[in-house]
Amino acid sequence: MVRKTFESEIQQVKDDVLILGSMVEKALLDSVEALKKRDIKAAEKLFLEDREINKKRFEIENHLMVLIATQQPMAKDLRILASTLEIISELERMGDYAKGIANINMRMGDAPLLKPLIDVPRMATKGVDMLHRALTAFVNEDVETSKTLPVEDDEVDALYNQIYRELMTFIIADPKVIERANWLLWVAHNLERFADRVTNICERTIFIATGEMAEIKSTDDEFWKQQKQEK
Amino acid sequence: MAINNSEHKYVIETRDLDIYYGSFKAVTGVTMKVERNAITAIIGPSGCGKSTLLRAFNRMNELNASTSVRGEVTFNGQDIYAKEVDPVEVRYRIGMVFQKPNPFPKSIYENIAWTARIHGYKGKMDELVENALRQAALWDEVKDKLHQSGLSISGGQQQRLCIARAISIKPEVILMDEPASALDPIATLKIEELMQELKKQYTIVIVTHNMQQAARASDYTAMMMLSGEGERSGTVIEFDDTKVIFTNPKDKRTEDYVTGRFG
Repeated sequence: MVRKTFESEIQQVKDDVLILGSMVEKALLDSVEALKKRDIKAAEKLFLEDREINKKRFEIENHLMVLIATQQPMAKDLRILASTLEIISELERMGDYAKGIANINMRMGDAPLLKPLIDVPRMATKGVDMLHRALTAFVNEDVETSKTLPVEDDEVDALYNQIYRELMTFIIADPKVIERANWLLWVAHNLERFADRVTNICERTIFIATGEMAEIKSTDDEFWKQQKQEK
Repeated sequence: MAINNSEHKYVIETRDLDIYYGSFKAVTGVTMKVERNAITAIIGPSGCGKSTLLRAFNRMNELNASTSVRGEVTFNGQDIYAKEVDPVEVRYRIGMVFQKPNPFPKSIYENIAWTARIHGYKGKMDELVENALRQAALWDEVKDKLHQSGLSISGGQQQRLCIARAISIKPEVILMDEPASALDPIATLKIEELMQELKKQYTIVIVTHNMQQAARASDYTAMMMLSGEGERSGTVIEFDDTKVIFTNPKDKRTEDYVTGRFG
């Protein structure tokens, strides 16, 4: 088979992306679990483990650069390598969100959680599930899944709005809790951004398969478009 | 009859062009347009008819007695195979550079001067020679040895001398048949850079089996393959902007070829 070596290198890159993905998924779930339990030691460990995520990202990036330099990738091969560069960058940022949550956990010190975490873990579980499916779709060049998955981000956004409204009522009832509420809002914000980035990964998979780079319209886009029309 | 000089956007056009060697149909049904002041590359696997097609653009294929064509090749809108057209005149207007550099066994100066003279040039020869050598990015390297033999310089320089010779008689089009395949990588890159300069004034069509060269140096690419009659005849299966051919080609055969999965 022609270009056997190159094919197996591409396969290895995809496997490494899955590994990086699973590191990020674990980091996110662990950071929320640690927050739930107010486990500062676990949070400190996660903070340091983010370095491993960054290291893995650069390892994959180097591999991609070598392939680009030595294999003269064209057409779809080129789209795969260029898109993977983007995807690992997204994954590294998603890892940063997990680190951010661990950071907040550490900053909270002795302060108790303003309320038991219910929607926050839901956002995390949903986001991680979406990421997992998006990366599977990437490896399999599954355009259908990549087109429909981003819609599920609406669920995450809805949870975020719910958390926001709930925290606002806490603040209104007792302004002294503002700092503790703010921390939780930041955690929710990180989780909301985490799910947003899954859409970017899906767009890249569609680009690899079709050569078309198009933004998948979010519900927000449609909402504001409608608002404008109604005016 | 003089070839019509005009400002058609497409300096060469073909329509349903078939090319025969005797009864063997080497090329089938090529319809394509060559844009003025652009570089068009013709790529494809060995033996698919690239050089045959290129040589049809300036009737060089007629040097082989059994060759014939059907269909149309026009130059600035005029059919170059029409009865009243002089093939020699066609080759003045559409020049050619070959794979193996072939300077005449004359001095560097005479390679150009003799060519211009036999084409009727009677003006200031020193100026013409210098201009041609400058345009071919060779002047600085040979200005102090113009009377040395054209064969005494390096392969890359010889090829640039052949280009200088071709452009000294002011063609509109320069056809290049694998112009760099006998040259080292640095000489190759120099030829490619030269092509970028030359296209401001001339139109270039280049046949190359070096895909990276086609990708680097051309504006448009024609993908040729044996897909004509009985799969022994070559045809153009896809023609597009070079960047499309190499990032997102429409035909799977093109994709297989440019990604090296072919064969």
